[in-house]
Amino acid sequence: MNFEFSEEQQLLREQARGFLTEHCPTSVVRSVLDGDQDWDASLWQKVAEMGWTATVISEAYGGLGLSYYELAIIAEEMGRSAAPLPFSSSVYLASEAIQRFGTEAQKSAWLPRLAGGECVATVAMAERAGRLVFDRLETRRSGSQLSGMKVPVADASVAEVAVVLARSEAGLEACLVPLQQAGVSLEPVLTFDASRGHSTVTFDGAEAEVLGDCALNPEDWESLLDGAAVLLAWEQLGLAETALTQARDYALQRFAFGRAIGSYQAIKHKLANMYVKNTLARSNAYYGVWALAEGSDELPLAAATARVAAIQASTYAAEENIQTHGGMGFTWEFDCHFYLRRAKLLSLAIGSEAVWQDRLVSALSAQSAAA
Amino acid sequence: MDFNDTPEEARFREEASSWLAESAPTDEAFRALTPLEQAKVWQKQKYDAGWACLGWAPEFGGRGASAIEEVIWRQEESQYDLPANFFLIGQGMIGPTLMAWASDADKARFLPPLASGEEVWCQLFSEPAGGSDLAALRTRAERDGDDWVINGQKIWTSGAHYSDYGVIVVRTDPTVPKHKGLSYFYVDMKAPGVEIKPIKQLTGDSDFNEVYFTDVRVSDSQRLGEVGQGWQVSLTTLMNERAAIGGGFGQMDVSLAMSVAEEVEIDGRPAMQDAAVRARIADWYVQEAGLKYTGYRSLTALSRGALPGPENSIGKLVGAPKMQAMSSYLMDLLGASGAIADGSLAAKAGIIQRAYMGAPGLRIAGGTDEIMANIIAERVLGLPQEPRLDKGIPFNEVPTG
Repeated sequence: MNFEFSEEQQLLREQARGFLTEHCPTSVVRSVLDGDQDWDASLWQKVAEMGWTATVISEAYGGLGLSYYELAIIAEEMGRSAAPLPFSSSVYLASEAIQRFGTEAQKSAWLPRLAGGECVATVAMAERAGRLVFDRLETRRSGSQLSGMKVPVADASVAEVAVVLARSEAGLEACLVPLQQAGVSLEPVLTFDASRGHSTVTFDGAEAEVLGDCALNPEDWESLLDGAAVLLAWEQLGLAETALTQARDYALQRFAFGRAIGSYQAIKHKLANMYVKNTLARSNAYYGVWALAEGSDELPLAAATARVAAIQASTYAAEENIQTHGGMGFTWEFDCHFYLRRAKLLSLAIGSEAVWQDRLVSALSAQSAAA
Repeated sequence: MDFNDTPEEARFREEASSWLAESAPTDEAFRALTPLEQAKVWQKQKYDAGWACLGWAPEFGGRGASAIEEVIWRQEESQYDLPANFFLIGQGMIGPTLMAWASDADKARFLPPLASGEEVWCQLFSEPAGGSDLAALRTRAERDGDDWVINGQKIWTSGAHYSDYGVIVVRTDPTVPKHKGLSYFYVDMKAPGVEIKPIKQLTGDSDFNEVYFTDVRVSDSQRLGEVGQGWQVSLTTLMNERAAIGGGFGQMDVSLAMSVAEEVEIDGRPAMQDAAVRARIADWYVQEAGLKYTGYRSLTALSRGALPGPENSIGKLVGAPKMQAMSSYLMDLLGASGAIADGSLAAKAGIIQRAYMGAPGLRIAGGTDEIMANIIAERVLGLPQEPRLDKGIPFNEVPTG
C-alpha cells in the first residue's frame, strides 16, 4: 500500500507553501478584490518562473512533463492562499485542452508560451443559466468564423486566447480563438468574486480554428472536465483548510462569558464537522489524483467523488468560518469572505454539485455493471 | 501512488490466504454449533497455527507481527464467512492493558488463554451515573486485609454473561478529586457476589448487561497499577477502544442503496433515475469512499512504519449517522412496506429495518457522536476543554443530579 505523495512531492509542497506565504499573503488577494485589476500580474510572473504553469505540459512543448500529483500539490497551495490568478482556467482547463486535443501546429504555437506563463488562456463554455447541454449550445462556427456569446467567462480579460465550446455542421467542437481581434468583444461581468475577472465574450465573425481540426467527441470533453474536477478539488481543499485554520485560531483567541469561544461545544462541534468534511475531501482528492495520474478507468467515479466532497467541504468551511467569527466575519475588513467567494465560485465552474452528484452515480452504475 | 503490497507484504498475504483457504471451517458440524462455540473453535484453531493475536509477542501466543501484517490478516480473514468475534474487547483492549500493567506471572497466566479464546474477558467501566463522564463512577472498593471488597453497579457490559474475567475500575478514595481516587482490578466473573442481568435493548436483543457487585472479594494481587492510578490504567484500555469497536456498519452501503433504488419506483420510473435519490446516493458514496481512502492513507503510514494520524478518529462519527440516515431513507423509498421487519416479507430480508433500529446504539457506544466531536476538537484541533465544575473538588463533595 502506497497511498501517499513521495518525499520529493512533499518537498514541492513545502516549497510551494513557503513561496505563496511570502508572495501571496492575504493583502495581495485584498488588493485585487479592492482594485481595478482582474489579477495580480506580477504574482503570475513569479508563479511562471517557479515553473508551475509548465507542470504537466510535456517537455516537447517547453513544459516540465511532471505528473498530476505535482499539479495537485500546487493546486492545493493555490487554494490555501486564495491566489488571485487565472491558474484554474489556464492550467487545468485551457492548456489541458490544447495538449489533449490540439494539432501539432496548435500545440507548438501555444503550449510553450502557456508553459512559460507568457500568455494566459481560458475556456468559454456557459451561455445561459442552468446546466451545460452540448446540443443546445448556440455559439456557431462556419468556415473560419465564429459567432455567439459566452457568459460568464472567467479570466477572459487577462487571457490571450480562449478555447470556446461551439457547434458547427460537423457537431460539437472546441475552437481556438485569439481574444485580441476585431471579431471579439469583451464586457466585464461583475461576479461575487472580484478577485478573479469575468467577462461576457461576444464573437461576431471572429477568426477561429478548430482544436485538433476535427469535431470533438463529447466524452473527451467530459474526460477533460474530470481532470479539471480533480484539480479544482485540490484547490478547494486548500481553501477549506485555510477556513478551518482561521476558525480554529479565532475560536482560541476570542473570549465570551469569560472563556475562549472554542471551549463551547457548539463551536467545537462545528469545527469538528469542518475537520471531518475536510478529511473526507482530502482522502477523496487522493483517490481522484491517483486515478488521473495513473490513467485509471476509475477516473469518472474518482473525479466526481473528489469534486462533490471538495464542494461540500469548502463551502461548509467557508460559511461556518464566518459564523465562528460572528459579526467581524461579516465585515469587509476581515479576510473570511475571500474563502467564501472563491469556494463558491469554484463550486459553480465546470458544473455545480448536483451535476457531479449525478455524474458520480452514473459512474458508479457503470462501474458496478462492468464488474 | 499505488495500492500494491510491498514484496514482503505480498509474501505475508500469500501465507495468510493459503492457510485460510486450507483451514477456514465450512462443514455442517461446525455450523451446527452456537455462535460462541463456533468462535471458540475457530479461535483455538488459529491460535494453534500461530494466527491469533498476530501482533502479540510469541510468549503470549502471538507472532510479533507488524501493524500492517495485522491489517493484511484481517483483510484476508474477512473474505470468509466466519463466526462473529467474541474476543474483540478482550484481545483488542484488555490484552494490551495487561501487557502494560500486569505482573509477569499474570501475563503468563492470562494472556495465552485470552489469545486462544479459551477465556473470554469483559470490560466493567460504565455505570448508571457515569457514561461520557466515566471518571464519575461510584462503584467502590474498600481494603480488607490482603483483599478488597467491591460494592456497586456497572452497566452496558458487553458479553458479561459469557465472560470468564473482567477488568473493573472502582473508587478506592472518595475524598480526593475524581480522577485521583480510582483503582483498577481484574475480577473473576464467577466470583460470589457478581450478579449479571441482561439489558433488553430497543432492538429486542440483549448484547449488554448490568453487573451488580455485592461484597465481591478480590485479592490485592489482582490490582493493575498503584492504588489511585486507576484512571491512567483505564486510559490504556480506552486508547485501544477504537481498534476494537470501529468498522462494522453492516451491509448498509451504497450498493445496497442502489439495489433498493433500482427495485422501487417513483412516478413510474425506477427511483434510481430520480435526481433527489441520486444526490443522496452520491453523498453516501462520498462518505464511504472518503473513509475507505482515509483508511488507505493510514495503512500507508503503517506500511512505512509510522503511526497513523488522527484522521482515523472520524470513522464512527461518519459511519454511524450515515447508517441511520441511509436506512431511514431507504425505508422512505419503500413506503408503507418499509415498516415490515419480517425477514420473509421485507425487502432485503429486513436488514434495513434492523440497521435503522440498531443505528442509535452505534451512535452512542464507545463514545457518543458528541464525545467523538469533542475528542477531534480537543486533541486534533487543540481547542480547550469546557470548564469543569468538579475540577479539583473531592469526589464526595461534587454536586450530583
